[in-house]
Amino acid sequence: MVGEKGEVAYDKLVFGTGSSAFIIPCPGHDLPGVVAFRDLEDTTAMTEAAGKPGSKAVVIGGGLLGLEAAAALRLRGMEVTVLHIASHLMERQLDPAAGYLLKKDLERRGITVLLEASTKEIVGNGKAEQVNLADGTELPCDIVCMAVGIRPAVKLAQDSGIACGRAIKVDAQMRTETPDVFAVGECVEYEGNLFGLVAPLYDQAKVLAKTLLGEEETFAMRELSTKLKVTGCDLFSAGDFADGPGREDIVYRDPARGIYKRLVIEEDKLVGAVMYGDTADGNWFFGLIKDGTDISEMRETLIFGPSYQGGASADPLSAVAALPPEAEICGCNGVCKGDIVAAIEGGATDLGAIKATTKASASCGTCTGLVEQVLSVTLGDEFVLPTAQPVCGCTDLTHEDVRRLIKAQELKSQEAVWQELGWKTRNGCHVCRPAINFYLLADWPLDYTDDPQSRFVNERNHANIQKDGTYSVMPRMWGGMTTPQELIAIAQAAEKYGATVKVTGGQRIDLLGVKKEDLPAIWHDLNEAGMVSGHAYTKGLRTVKTCVGSDWCRFGTQDSTGLGIKLEKKLWGSWTPHKVKLGVSGCPRNCAEATCKDVGIICVDSGYQIGVAGAAGMDVKETERLVDVPTEEAAIEWTTAFVQLYREHAKYLDRPYKWVAKVGLDWVKEVLSDETERRALVERFDVSQSVYQTDPWAERAEPEAARRFQPLADLTLKAAE
Amino acid sequence: MSWIDIGHIDDVPLRGARLVRTEVGCVAIFRTDTAEVFAASNTCPHKQGPLSEGIVHGQKVTCPLHNWVFDLNTGEAQGADEGRIDTYPVRLEDGRILLDGAAVSRRSAA
Repeated sequence: MVGEKGEVAYDKLVFGTGSSAFIIPCPGHDLPGVVAFRDLEDTTAMTEAAGKPGSKAVVIGGGLLGLEAAAALRLRGMEVTVLHIASHLMERQLDPAAGYLLKKDLERRGITVLLEASTKEIVGNGKAEQVNLADGTELPCDIVCMAVGIRPAVKLAQDSGIACGRAIKVDAQMRTETPDVFAVGECVEYEGNLFGLVAPLYDQAKVLAKTLLGEEETFAMRELSTKLKVTGCDLFSAGDFADGPGREDIVYRDPARGIYKRLVIEEDKLVGAVMYGDTADGNWFFGLIKDGTDISEMRETLIFGPSYQGGASADPLSAVAALPPEAEICGCNGVCKGDIVAAIEGGATDLGAIKATTKASASCGTCTGLVEQVLSVTLGDEFVLPTAQPVCGCTDLTHEDVRRLIKAQELKSQEAVWQELGWKTRNGCHVCRPAINFYLLADWPLDYTDDPQSRFVNERNHANIQKDGTYSVMPRMWGGMTTPQELIAIAQAAEKYGATVKVTGGQRIDLLGVKKEDLPAIWHDLNEAGMVSGHAYTKGLRTVKTCVGSDWCRFGTQDSTGLGIKLEKKLWGSWTPHKVKLGVSGCPRNCAEATCKDVGIICVDSGYQIGVAGAAGMDVKETERLVDVPTEEAAIEWTTAFVQLYREHAKYLDRPYKWVAKVGLDWVKEVLSDETERRALVERFDVSQSVYQTDPWAERAEPEAARRFQPLADLTLKAAE
Repeated sequence: MSWIDIGHIDDVPLRGARLVRTEVGCVAIFRTDTAEVFAASNTCPHKQGPLSEGIVHGQKVTCPLHNWVFDLNTGEAQGADEGRIDTYPVRLEDGRILLDGAAVSRRSAA
């Protein structure tokens, strides 16, 4: 072999030249601003383009990669148009009906999809500025992302005289037709097939390793299943679902719920499956395809999934017991049932140990139930299956189920939740109503309107009810800072409304014993002095406790008070699953007691140490380190993203420390470390704040709203007349 | 019965309540559905919680202090709790809420 620096002798030679992104050779394809979606450089260019407000992106290619790129760019706020040459999206993985539903879902997310769109040219002055289509459509843009497929890189092999078709031809041992020369990966062709997805490439690498060691191993094509990594687009496809003679379809549709399922059967065997909207049975169908199971016996009920196949399998445990060892349990980490069973036999007897040894359920956690079932099936009576607690008597679903279904089925009103999820009561109860109200406003801030009648009295009346039916009123003191003017106004209000005055642990002042009828008036007085509600009564941001920091303290390393105020101004008014308290200390002496807060920041000379998941209530727990960041901006970004992640995922009434214990700090770190995702979380938080960051006192001090705080009628007066 | 007009149905939020002061104490008017109202004592027999501030669900209300639940038809506490609140005749006529004045006057209470 001849390299740049001369000749190197080989005993065995392996080609692993991979592939390159295919770029449509249209005019303008080489302009700056035209990128593939392959490497860090591409994604950096995309991120930069998305940084400009109102920027536009054109994504060419409506396959797996293109749609993931489009969804990510859209999440970053770009106007995104997807151009696809075929008549439906992902035509290699989906049939037209599922492609239609996918298109609808993407359009609902604000992505424009143009089908049968043929790119004529990309034009621009020194960089890509517009894409022109063959039909005359002109699309102005700031960036063009081409995701139209890959080309195996075979030039070197061809030049060396190694047999190539569309790629380097190999046999089942990864040997090329030239002795002692092998090839592996996206540059190979096996029995006419090319490879783009990762699973068969891992198989090839294993076969190659054995072959090089002189051991026997044979590569075999496997059936592949596909899922799209775009939140809320729930699709699954496996096998071959093209029409053909001798092939029959079973189709199930539920248009109202956006569900579509199609099974393709040939000679009493399932050969293909496409599902959209509800993909829970995907792996079971995939198993039937892989195993070539004869389905003639269960054909009539096949489409309804494993739970309808005879009395026995209605039990989820027997369905799990029936899964073969190679059935995939954890999609995130590629862990199959056999791996888990082996881990159990090796001594891992609970969920935590399985997570630690196999990584199953250690990422997104949706397979936790399945892993527990495998534990139960394998260990028998030794394992006590933790029973999932339903939300309340109105439903059998758990909080986690409800949150997932609200997102997946795009349920945007309480009526929709009750109807679609089969609530057993007319309109819920005092347990589920506040939870559902929160889930809906957290997931659909722009579509759902907060329902005060589904809130606990304190959040409805924006004050804390006390045991005698009076209320406590607490104005916000940003970062614990106040002024003589504010203190005078508070003192005057206390006197005027006969309130008891108490200094709280959250660095502010509580006025106790205010009558309900007086609430709008005292709020009005405090508003006049420039103060707003301190939300001391909400499942939301309470206080940000600070020390005096570098402004005053001889030990202070940073402006902890300033950061506390900035955080409080960013986060106030947001609703969260439970209350959220922050602390910022100016040095490790930690005078603001930040290490037992939901989020606690310790300033050090080099920057900011952000800890999360502390507790100082029923449980006492020190925060765990999330990250160290150098700047105030980064500290605010990480804190906001953490709060938003908590808002989107936690069970109602779980404080952050309980939620983190469930999902694992590692997962939280992994999500937040992804800059794109972190920024997207902050962006979603900002959208929610555009609706909810308003002073509830000011709104309710208005005469029209204030009337609701008075009795409807007073019949004692009438009697006196 | 002497029906007294105490207000319009829309003065009471859907699945909410408003208070009426009467000679027999505070009475809560509950609106359980678009056109369905109940009247009952505002005071929870447990620790005197104001029931008009509770979450209204089905034909029931949950006390805001300690989550006692009362059926508004009978006034009976539900589940494990034992107690009862007084209920009063109330009806709707052309969107107006009419409360039985006799039932909430001192004479009837005596």
